Amino acid sequence: MERNQQIVKYILFILLLGVQTLPLRANTITVGKNKSVATIKAAIAKAMHGDTVLVYPGMYKEKNLVIDKKIWLIGIDYPTVDGENKYENISIKSPGVLVQGFKVINSGVSSIEDFAGIKIYNTRDVIIRNNKLDNTFFGIYSQYGTNCTFENNEIRAHNLEEQQSGNGIHCWKSDSMRIIGNQISGHRDGIYFEFVTNSLIWRNDSQKNLRYGLHFMFSNHDSYVTNIFKNNGAGVAVMFSHHVKMFNNHFEENWGDAAYGILLKEISDSHIENNRFVKNTIGIYMEGVSRLQMKKNSFERNGWAMKIQASCMDITVSSNNFLGNTFDVGTNGSLVLNTFNGNYWDKYEGYDLNKNHIGDIPYRPVSMYSVIVEKNPPAMMLFRSFMTSLLDKTEKVLPSLTPENLKDIYPLMKPLRL
Amino acid sequence: MKKVIKYVIIDILRNKIMLGYTLFLFILSLSIFSLEDNAAKGLLGLLNIILIIVPLVSLIFSTIYVYNSAEFIELLVSQPLKRKTIWMSLFTGLASSMTLAFLAGAGIPVLIYQSDVTGLMMILIGVLLSVIFVAVALLAAVKTRDKAKGIGAAILLWLYFSLLFDGFILFLLFQFSDYPIEKAMVGVSMLNPIDLGRILILLKMDISAMMGYTGAIFKDFFGTVTGMSLSFLVLVIWIIMPLTLSVRNFKRKDL
Repeated sequence: MERNQQIVKYILFILLLGVQTLPLRANTITVGKNKSVATIKAAIAKAMHGDTVLVYPGMYKEKNLVIDKKIWLIGIDYPTVDGENKYENISIKSPGVLVQGFKVINSGVSSIEDFAGIKIYNTRDVIIRNNKLDNTFFGIYSQYGTNCTFENNEIRAHNLEEQQSGNGIHCWKSDSMRIIGNQISGHRDGIYFEFVTNSLIWRNDSQKNLRYGLHFMFSNHDSYVTNIFKNNGAGVAVMFSHHVKMFNNHFEENWGDAAYGILLKEISDSHIENNRFVKNTIGIYMEGVSRLQMKKNSFERNGWAMKIQASCMDITVSSNNFLGNTFDVGTNGSLVLNTFNGNYWDKYEGYDLNKNHIGDIPYRPVSMYSVIVEKNPPAMMLFRSFMTSLLDKTEKVLPSLTPENLKDIYPLMKPLRL
Repeated sequence: MKKVIKYVIIDILRNKIMLGYTLFLFILSLSIFSLEDNAAKGLLGLLNIILIIVPLVSLIFSTIYVYNSAEFIELLVSQPLKRKTIWMSLFTGLASSMTLAFLAGAGIPVLIYQSDVTGLMMILIGVLLSVIFVAVALLAAVKTRDKAKGIGAAILLWLYFSLLFDGFILFLLFQFSDYPIEKAMVGVSMLNPIDLGRILILLKMDISAMMGYTGAIFKDFFGTVTGMSLSFLVLVIWIIMPLTLSVRNFKRKDL
């Protein structure tokens, strides 16, 4: 019996070897001046299933390139594909396509159609990597894409208005996408996900976008890990999704009236761990969030480390560091259905008599003045005056305005090493 | 004039209270910075010193000094000197020695531990507040003949600027919370040098929070070059105005 199995395995192995050798029969077509083919369009027409098209440096103005068969389109030293501000540069309509090493510029801009530098239509297994996109309406666009990889692309735009600009990487109704190591700036949203599931966003750098660095809508079971979101118009927004994992990201300097490190709206069963929030107006803003785990995050020098609206429940905030924030936690009601235990708060003034590194009296992260400012924003002008510190001290002794149950019963005496 | 200024400065520097004030500031700011593990919290402690102790010491010390040197002033008046010169040299002497004490006491630790924009802004505001409250003290001292009354007036003034005014503002904020009063509040903050100084420091220290809803209005005003220069101009006016008033009073005063 066992021998039989081994023989079957052996035969399978030989068969698979045969399959592997198949692509070796594919041809390579070179495109460029003094090469066999002068235009990419002609090369694509000439190519057979499984061929490679090598494009040499040059300026290619070929209106809309449609890739409708499984080929590898590889640029050498970044040949430029110019959309002349009228056309979509590259449209991919076949599975298994690779587009690599191009400079894609000047796609068309339209308010009816979503022109993109590189767009994927209803297909799967596409790889787009090492491209430079400049001044495109949408950068890379996936519509009904499955199992595609967008890797190490540089996506830049220079628009000043949201209406004139699309998103850097836009995925709509897609599944199992991998967005890895891209650099995106100047678009409306850096990365946009709508109805995208089981996908990974890893090691991207999304900066100076007009609206959000990352925008999530109705996208479940996704992870974003080790990304940098800096200086975006409104930070990062994650809305109407569940089972989202946010690990090791860096949220920095998202400044403004409605700018947040992360804006969470109607999120459930999610995890936020090991992230750093530095110098944001509001580190995390939560509304209608439930069953969320927040662990080992570091909040440094934010205006508000967190704003938790009373519509949130079952949020666990534990083992986080709160350092040098103007306000630690802000809230809009007195109902508290969340727990805040075991964090380090630099504003904690309690003591530790039994030396177990846990403070003996609870810490209340909502200061009276943050309640006042929430109700009456102009009162911010009196912040840190003698008067208001007196009010804060009184409130600490006799809590009246701040929610009674919002407290950390086990505040740490020393910051965690994160 | 130079001679008088020199005499006043030497007289003040020899004063033990001044030495004590310098040492007090120095030890306090050093200990604040070395006790706290992050410098941002140290700055916060220092902010309270600048906003509360500096004006208080400036006011009380200057008032008492003016009363104590009443005989010296009478002597100077009998000399062929203009009254304005006498008063101005008294002010210059007091202001420069208060500034010196503040710079030595709080300025050096700040430069050592936090020599960034926030720290420099704090030093600048501290110096300006020192000088402003010397001018206010001179006005209080010249207005009342009785020493006890004068010192009482100085303490009341300090109480007003550091506590009562803010309470009044808070009252206004809540009374008129239904109206768009943010812009008006920028104007109102000009009426109190301590508030103005505090907001200028806040814009450096709590910049992230100040970028929020209301903060943005302050940021739009105080954050710009025009707003910044305007607010420093207002602080300078806060020196000039009490000073000219007190000079005018001193000229007519029957000693």
